[in-house]
Amino acid sequence: MNVAVEMDAVRHGELLDISEAGPAPKRIIAGFGFWIFLLSDIVMFSALFAAYAVLAKASAGGLTGGQLFDQRNVAIETALLLLSSYSCGMMSLAINSQRYLATFLGAAVTFLLGSAFLALELNEFQGMIALGATPQRSAFLSAFFALVGSHGLHVTVGLAWLVLMMVQLSLRGFQDVVVRRLHCFSLFWHALDIIWVLIFTVVYLMGVLP
Amino acid sequence: MTTETHWDVAPGERPTIPASEQEASSGFLVYTIGLLLAVILTVTSFWVANTSVIWAPGVPAGLAVLAIAQMGVHLVFFLHITTGPDSTNNVLALAFGVLIVFLVLAGSLVIMANLNENMMGHSELMNLQMPR
Amino acid sequence: MTLLGKLDWSAVPFDQPIIMGTVGVMIVAIGSILSWVTLKGYVPYLWREWITSVDHKRIGVMYIVLALVMLLRGFADGIMMRTQQAIAVGGAQGYLPPEHFDQIFSAHGTIMIFFVAMPFVIGLMNFVVPLQLGVRDVAFPTMNSISFWLTASGVLLTNMSLAVGEFAKTGWFAYPPLSELQFSPGVGVDYYLWSLQISGIGTLLSGVNFVTTILKMRAPGMSYLRMPVFCWTALASNLLIVAAFPVLTALFAMLLLDRYLGFHFFTVDAGGNVMMYVNLFWIWGHPEVYILVLPAFGVYSEVAATFSGKSLFGYRSMVLATMAICVLSYTVWLHHFFTMGASASVNAFFGITSMIIGVPTGVKVFNWLFTMYGGRVRFTVPVLWTIGFMVTFVFGGLTGVLLALPAVDWQVHNSVFLVAHFHHVIIPGVLFGAIAGYNYWFPKAFGFKLDERWGKAAFWCWFIGFHLAFMPLYVTGLMGMPRRLQHSDVLAWQPWLLVAEAGAMVIFAGIICQIVQIVVSIRHREQLRDTTGDPWNGRTLEWSTASPPPAWNFAVLPRVDGLDAFWAHKQRVLAKQELPARQHTYRPIEVPKNSPVGFVTAFFAVVTGFALIWHIWWMAGFGALGAAVTLLAFMFRAKDEVEIPADEVALFDRAHPVEVSL
Repeated sequence: MNVAVEMDAVRHGELLDISEAGPAPKRIIAGFGFWIFLLSDIVMFSALFAAYAVLAKASAGGLTGGQLFDQRNVAIETALLLLSSYSCGMMSLAINSQRYLATFLGAAVTFLLGSAFLALELNEFQGMIALGATPQRSAFLSAFFALVGSHGLHVTVGLAWLVLMMVQLSLRGFQDVVVRRLHCFSLFWHALDIIWVLIFTVVYLMGVLP
Repeated sequence: MTTETHWDVAPGERPTIPASEQEASSGFLVYTIGLLLAVILTVTSFWVANTSVIWAPGVPAGLAVLAIAQMGVHLVFFLHITTGPDSTNNVLALAFGVLIVFLVLAGSLVIMANLNENMMGHSELMNLQMPR
Repeated sequence: MTLLGKLDWSAVPFDQPIIMGTVGVMIVAIGSILSWVTLKGYVPYLWREWITSVDHKRIGVMYIVLALVMLLRGFADGIMMRTQQAIAVGGAQGYLPPEHFDQIFSAHGTIMIFFVAMPFVIGLMNFVVPLQLGVRDVAFPTMNSISFWLTASGVLLTNMSLAVGEFAKTGWFAYPPLSELQFSPGVGVDYYLWSLQISGIGTLLSGVNFVTTILKMRAPGMSYLRMPVFCWTALASNLLIVAAFPVLTALFAMLLLDRYLGFHFFTVDAGGNVMMYVNLFWIWGHPEVYILVLPAFGVYSEVAATFSGKSLFGYRSMVLATMAICVLSYTVWLHHFFTMGASASVNAFFGITSMIIGVPTGVKVFNWLFTMYGGRVRFTVPVLWTIGFMVTFVFGGLTGVLLALPAVDWQVHNSVFLVAHFHHVIIPGVLFGAIAGYNYWFPKAFGFKLDERWGKAAFWCWFIGFHLAFMPLYVTGLMGMPRRLQHSDVLAWQPWLLVAEAGAMVIFAGIICQIVQIVVSIRHREQLRDTTGDPWNGRTLEWSTASPPPAWNFAVLPRVDGLDAFWAHKQRVLAKQELPARQHTYRPIEVPKNSPVGFVTAFFAVVTGFALIWHIWWMAGFGALGAAVTLLAFMFRAKDEVEIPADEVALFDRAHPVEVSL
C-alpha cells in the first residue's frame, strides 16, 4: 500500500540555533553574497600583487620606482581615500537613521574625495608616460600600471555606482532593495581602501627602498 | 518563524542596533576612532620608509606590520568585523580569503625566487635574443 | 578594412575540407533545430519557460544539455587525434596537417575542462543543491541565469572559431612566450582568452551564488552537520571557485594586455617572466581539478548510500576529508612544473603535499566501500558508474602518487604517460560521476526514469573502451612517446596506438548507447513514469517533493532534525503504520520573476568578445554599452518577484503526494 508522506513543517515561534533557523533574510543574504564577491576580488588583486612583486626589479634598463614615485603625491592620495572611507561611513550612519540630506551630503563628499583621488592618480600616470615610463617600456611598469590601474578602475566603477545609487535613492527612497545596495556599496568602498593600504605600502613605500 | 533578532549579522553591519539616536552617536565614535588610528598608522608608515633612524633591513618588515595593522583597523572600525558568535560566518569567510591571499603571494614569491636562482637571468636571455 | 578590423573572407578556411564539412554539418543541424522550433511554434514557450527562466532547476538542466552537446564536440576532437596518431607513423602523414592538429588538441582540452566538465558539475549543483537544502531557490536567481548565459557565450565563441578564423595552437594552457603576439599573431589565442574570460566571469558568479546559498539558506533545522554530503562537496567546490577563478581572470587579463597593448608581463624581452604565467596558471589549475572532482565525489556518496539502503559510512570523516582536500588542493600547484627549474627542496615540498592529498581521498574511497559493505546493494545504472569509478580511479590516483615523486616526473613529464594519468583520474573521477548523477536525478527533473538496459550498455562500453584507450598510453609513455605528436617515426608505438584507437571507438559506441538511451526513454516515458516523487527510495530532501518539482520546490519548507531527513521521516511514518494527517495551511509563495537580462547580457558579451578578437573597436564599444544598459535596466526593475497564490500551491500539493510503500 502506498501512503503519502509529508515532511513536518516548522511550528510557529520555535526557537532554533542560528545555523538551524532556516533561510536568512534577504538583507543578510545580499550582504554575505557581496562579502564573498569582495573576497574573490581581493584574490584577484593578490594575483596582480604577486605579479608586481615578482616583476618589481625588472625595469629592463628603464626608469625604476625610486626614480618615478613622488611620496608627497601618494600621501595626498592616501589621505583623500581614507577621508572618503570616513565620509562613506558617515553616509552609512545616515542611511541607518534614514536621513536624506545627510545621506546625499555623505555621498557627495565621498564622490568628490574619490574623484580627487582619481584625478591625482591620472595626473601621476600622465607624468610617468611623459617621461617615457609607459607600461610598454618594461615588465616592472607593466605590472605597476596593471595593479594600480585596476585599483583605479575599481574606484571609477565605485563612483559610477554611487551616482546610480543616489539616483535610485531620490526616485525610490529608503526601500529595502536600495538600502541593501547602498550597504554593498559601502562594503565595496571600504574594501578598496584596504587594497590601497597594501598598494601604498608594497608599491610606493617598499618600492623606493634602496 | 523565528524573530529577527535571532539572526547573525550581515558583513559590515554593526552587531547591535540600539535606539537610533544613541546608535548614530556611538557609530560616529567608532568611525572617528578608526579614522584616527588609520591616520596614525599611515603617518608612521611614511615615516618609517623615509627615516634613517631604523635599521635599514628592518624597514620592510616594519612596513608590513604597519600595513597589516591598518588593514585590521579598517576591518574592525569600518567594516565592523567582530569576534562575536553572530558574525562567525563572515569571519570564517574572511579567514579563508586571507589564507588564499597568503598562499598566492608567499607561494609565488618563493617559487619565482627559486626559479630565478636556478635559471638564466634575464640579461643572459636578452643576450641570446640579440644575434637575431 | 578598418571597419571590420582584421576580419575578411580569408578568415573562413574554405580550403580545409574537414573543417568546412564540420561547419556545414553544424550549420545544417543548428538550422534544422531552429526551424523545427519555429515552425512548431515553440519559440514563445522556450523564451518563457527556459531562456528567461531564473528557476535553478531549469538552469541546471540547461547547463547539463550544454555539457552533453559539448561532450560530443570534445569527443570528436579526441577521436580525430587518436586516429591521426594511429595512422601517421613512418612514411604515412595521416589526414590532419600540423596546424590543424595543434588546434584540435588545444580545443579538446579547453572544451573538455571548461565547457563539458564545468557545466556538467555546475548544472548538477544547480539542480540538486537547493532541493537538498530544502529551500526554494538559490541566493541570487537572476545572477544564476546570467552565469549560465555567460558560460554559453564562451561556448559559442569557441565554436565560432571553427568557422571564422582559427583556435589557439598553444595547448589548452596557452603558455607564453608561444601564446604571445610575437609567436601567435593569429586570432586563435584571442578566441581562447576571450571565451574563457567571459565564461570565467559566469563561473565566478556561480561560485559566489552557491557559497551564499549553502551557508545562508538551508531548511529550518538543517545545521551544517545535517547537510547531505553532496552539499558539502558543492560548498568546497564553490569555495575553490571563489578562490581560484579570480587568479585565472587576472592572469588572462595580463596576457591580454601583453597581446593587445604591448605590455611585458610574459614576453621574452623587456624583463617579462614567462614562468610567472606558468606559476599563476597552475595556482588556478590545480584547485580547478578539485572544483570538478569534489562534486562528483558528492554524487558517488549519495548514490552509494541510497542504493545500499544504508546511511553513508563515516559522514563526519567524509566532511572532514572534503574540507581538507579543499584547502590542501591550494598547496600543490608546483607539481605541474617540477621540471621547469625549481630546486630539489622546493620540488620535494610540493611532492610531499601532493602525496598528502591522496590521504583524504583514500578516506573517501574506504567510506564508500564500507557504505556498500553489508548493504543490500541494488545494481542500478548509477551504482555501476560508481563501482566503475572506484575500481578505475584508485589506479589513476596511484599513477598520480607516482607522478608526485619529482624523480619519476622527470622521467615521464610531457609524455603520453601523463596524458594517460590525467584522463585516468578525470574521466572516472568527474565524467563517470556526472553521468551517474545524470542517471540518478533524471527522474526528479523530468518525472520518468532513464532506460536501464541502454544505460548499462553505455556503462560497459565506456568502461571497457576507457581502459582500451588509455592503458596503452601508459606503455607508449614509458617507451618515451611525447604528448601532442602529430606524426611519429617509431613503428614500435603503432600497435599500442591502434589499440587506443579501438578503445576510442568502443567509447564512441558508449556515447551512441547514451543517445539511444535518452531517445528510448522519452518514447517509453509512460512505462518509466515516476508518480511517487521517490523512485529510488531516497534519503535526502529532494525526493520529498514531486517529480518534476514545482517552481517553488516545497509547498511548506520541511523541518529537518537529523541526517538523511527524508529517510528518517519515512521510517517514522512506516513505524507508526498509519497515514499522517494532512494539516498544512498553505500560504502564498513568492518566486523570483523571469528575466531576459541573462540572455541579453550574454548576447552583448558575445558581440563584445567577437569584436575584440577581430579588433572591431566600434562593435566592441557597442557590445559593452549594450551589456551595461541591460544591467542598468535590471537594476531599476520595479519588481523582482511574482506571488503564487496559496490555492495554486495547495492544488498542486494535493495532486502530487510523495508516496512510499508500506
